[in-house]
Amino acid sequence: MKLLVIEDDREAAEYLEKAFDEAGHLAHIAADGETGYTLASSGEYDVLVVDRMLPRRDGLSVVAGLRARGNDTPVLILSALGEVDDRVTGLRAGGDDYLTKPYAFSELLARVEVLKKRGGSKDVETVYRVGDLELDRLSHSVKRAGKEITLQPREFRLLEYLMRHAGQVVTRTMLLENVWDYHFDPQTNVIDVHISRLRSKIEKEFDTPVLHTVRGAGYMLKA
Amino acid sequence: MLGSISALMKTTAARLSALYLLLFAICAVGLVFYMGSLTMRMLTGQIQETVSEEVLSLGRAYQRGGLTTLVRVVESRSRQPGAYLYIIADPTGRILGGNVRSLEPQVLAAEGWTERPFSYERYGETDARGAEVPSAREGPHMAMAVVVRLPNQMILLVGRDLGEPERFGNVIRRALIVAFGMMGLGALVIWFLVGRRALKRIDNISDASRRIMGGDLSGRLPVAGAGDEFDRLSQNLNEMLARIGALNEGLKQVSDNIAHDLKTPLTRLRNRAEAALAKDNAPQHRAALEATIAESDQLIRTFNAILMISRLESGYSAEHTASIDLAAIVADVVELYEPAADEVGVALSAAAPGELTITGNRELIGQSLSNVVDNAIKYSAGSGETPKVRVTAARRGGEIVVSVCDTGPGIPEEERGRATERFVRLEQSRSQPGSGLGLSLAKAVMTFHGGRLELSGENPGLCVSMIFPAGDSPNP
Repeated sequence: MKLLVIEDDREAAEYLEKAFDEAGHLAHIAADGETGYTLASSGEYDVLVVDRMLPRRDGLSVVAGLRARGNDTPVLILSALGEVDDRVTGLRAGGDDYLTKPYAFSELLARVEVLKKRGGSKDVETVYRVGDLELDRLSHSVKRAGKEITLQPREFRLLEYLMRHAGQVVTRTMLLENVWDYHFDPQTNVIDVHISRLRSKIEKEFDTPVLHTVRGAGYMLKA
Repeated sequence: MLGSISALMKTTAARLSALYLLLFAICAVGLVFYMGSLTMRMLTGQIQETVSEEVLSLGRAYQRGGLTTLVRVVESRSRQPGAYLYIIADPTGRILGGNVRSLEPQVLAAEGWTERPFSYERYGETDARGAEVPSAREGPHMAMAVVVRLPNQMILLVGRDLGEPERFGNVIRRALIVAFGMMGLGALVIWFLVGRRALKRIDNISDASRRIMGGDLSGRLPVAGAGDEFDRLSQNLNEMLARIGALNEGLKQVSDNIAHDLKTPLTRLRNRAEAALAKDNAPQHRAALEATIAESDQLIRTFNAILMISRLESGYSAEHTASIDLAAIVADVVELYEPAADEVGVALSAAAPGELTITGNRELIGQSLSNVVDNAIKYSAGSGETPKVRVTAARRGGEIVVSVCDTGPGIPEEERGRATERFVRLEQSRSQPGSGLGLSLAKAVMTFHGGRLELSGENPGLCVSMIFPAGDSPNP
């Protein structure tokens, strides 16, 4: 994956460049808004990571400018502000996701990978399959190895989100945002408990685990 | 209408008008009475003068022709229109002539001026159509009379009907009543107009200030341009608001900068620890790095909470509020925390009827309620045999109350006020993890929504109630 990181903090930018490289992605760095805008305009990047406070041109203005010119490269906005209204203004300017500094790199990586996949989205599919696990979005039914599994509505949405992003790391905050539609930090292990309930339903009577815990990052559904 | 009149009555303008009206009325009454009595005295003086002249003229007739002439003159004068009152009596009081019909004898005994009712014959008076009224037979008339003794002890009384000054008095009384009526009516009209105008401007000012207190510091008080005291007041308050706005803006700028400047190095710190964790596999290093990351996360969380509280307290923009359902938020949060509560043996339940719609920020309320529920689970875990946390939402009068009640140790009544202050962690909670900002944040969020946070319940057991104004959506 090819990324453009528009970030004026040199150390943070270098760290990101290196960390993305270790994760197998190529990251280019732009140190100010104007340069970032010019580079991003080429349309050759899969995902843009844009800081909000930038010299020469504000991050939100870069995103709004790109959107105005029909460039719809997925954008993740980084910000040290991180309050409810900042988030909303960020998304309104055309951002696809929003992350508050300081963040865990694993969180950023997971979100960027999900954003990249968004292009070839599975949203149109009505049935998700991971190994012998099958979820039908129309009939709201879940089967594993042909055997019906009964889930609560929220558990169904949790599994649906995990299956849509099968093979990708999904973080706890991503789950809270997408399954519960809240954007605060739940502080305690509330999400983990939901996951373990779901896990017991889809794994208990079967031999192979499908819902994996990714240490220090989140969860991944994988056959 | 009645309500608006009673509101008017409560205005300063109305009170001042009433006071002015009263003072003015007292002055007017005093003035009229003074003028009236002065005029009456003058009229009386004039009457006494003319009566005295008549006495002198009769005296001269008596000197000229004696009693017979006097009687004749009196008889002839009595028959003229608008005649004086006459009595001629001998020293014993027997009436020899004149036009007075009857009289108490002691009147003639006392010489000098007297004012009393007399019955007397009047001739040559005309009625309204000009026809002659031969002899009026009305009741007694007030008259001013003087009794003199003629040289041979004969008694002469000459008087003048006081009908004229009485009429004058009546005119003054009527004028007074009319003037009072008009004055009262005028005062009422002025009172209403002035009072309503003042009331309207004060209403405008208080509306504007309510909006400003609601957090919209860019709002200004209306200035009518009349340059009067209201305008001066508004202008001064507007200048004050501009100054507060500027200070507030500066403060916001500073806190944004602090947030940015401190969070960037914190990000680096966290990143380095994370990077080191990815490489270093020595167990003791791993533990230290994981602890470092956890601590920095806690630091960041505290920092975010402080910034959020400051923002909320300094007039958060109302731009990001929408129509939201509190019952749905309660259901969401309880559903989110139920498995975690179950894990520590706490029974978490909810009771919220139908829809409870308010205007607010779902994210902020959800976060505050989560904090409160999280605390309740934490403190009630392990308390008694059946630890419970119950979340209820209900309409109560003009308010919507969302309560979180637990079976935990509770907070002593005298410490409840302090519990919502920033960083205050009560003695018994020191052992629990947390920043001590959960309740402060909830309180700030409630203030932002025009509501309040209340702590209640009997110890043990604590109820934290988030009380929202129900607004204008009475949905029974």
